[in-house]
Amino acid sequence: MSLWEYANPVKFIRTTDKVLPWVWALTGICLVTGLVWGFFFTPDDFRQGSTVKIIYIHVPSALMAINAWLMMLVASLIWIVRRHHVSALAARAAAPVGAVMTMIALATGAFWGQPMWGTWWAWDPRLTSFLILFLFYLGYMALWEAIENDDTAADLTSILCLVGSVFAVLSRYAVNFWNQGLHQGATLSLDKEENISDVFWFPLLVCIAGFVLLFIALVFLRTQTEIRARRTRALLAREGQA
Amino acid sequence: MMPDLGKYAFAVLSSYGVTIILLSVIVVISFWRARKVRAALDEIENRRGN
Repeated sequence: MSLWEYANPVKFIRTTDKVLPWVWALTGICLVTGLVWGFFFTPDDFRQGSTVKIIYIHVPSALMAINAWLMMLVASLIWIVRRHHVSALAARAAAPVGAVMTMIALATGAFWGQPMWGTWWAWDPRLTSFLILFLFYLGYMALWEAIENDDTAADLTSILCLVGSVFAVLSRYAVNFWNQGLHQGATLSLDKEENISDVFWFPLLVCIAGFVLLFIALVFLRTQTEIRARRTRALLAREGQA
Repeated sequence: MMPDLGKYAFAVLSSYGVTIILLSVIVVISFWRARKVRAALDEIENRRGN
């Protein structure tokens, strides 16, 4: 069996229909467990006090903001190379989810930054690249809406996605390129010395799993919708011609 | 049950509040649009079938 079989819209809908209830159930379990654990059962940080609880939503949402764009990049490349409609529609379906994740990361970052840095916003490399990434999400969604022909829209948005990937990568590595910003380095590190304490780390992992699963569930659901919407447009166009 | 968030209560609760609202909005909109598009497609396919 080849992975490309799922590029068939009918096969994609049939398979995701079977998987979706399980993904939603796991999403609920991980999100509720992680957030309740993090919010109610973890101690305050010795320096940041109770604001450390923001980590359970800020880090997973920021992670998904970047990874959603990278998923869109892969889907766009598949569209450009192999012209599979499902991949272009999956990229389209993922964009609003990624935009919401970016909004959450920006908003929670501002709420966290105000008491810690004394400011809601700074033109720091990571914050700025995140803001630009958010604008790219808006531009990407607007471009899909602005073009009537689905294939042309998929072509142009794929190119925009390639360009925006620079900022998705910058958002991740900006703190390593430029050291003059307010934002700290990587929160999650394989280096035991650098990584956060286990008492924060384990609930954070559960929250990250919850956000990843939520993204997958939403992208499956929204891709199904985009496939049906495309078929509806095609049928209406045929009726119009008849 | 509620942890003592001290002077950072506004920052923490606002962050959770905004997150819950935004996630709820995207989930509700996604389901609502899924239902609407499915119904529209069913209607057209039934019409063509008749």
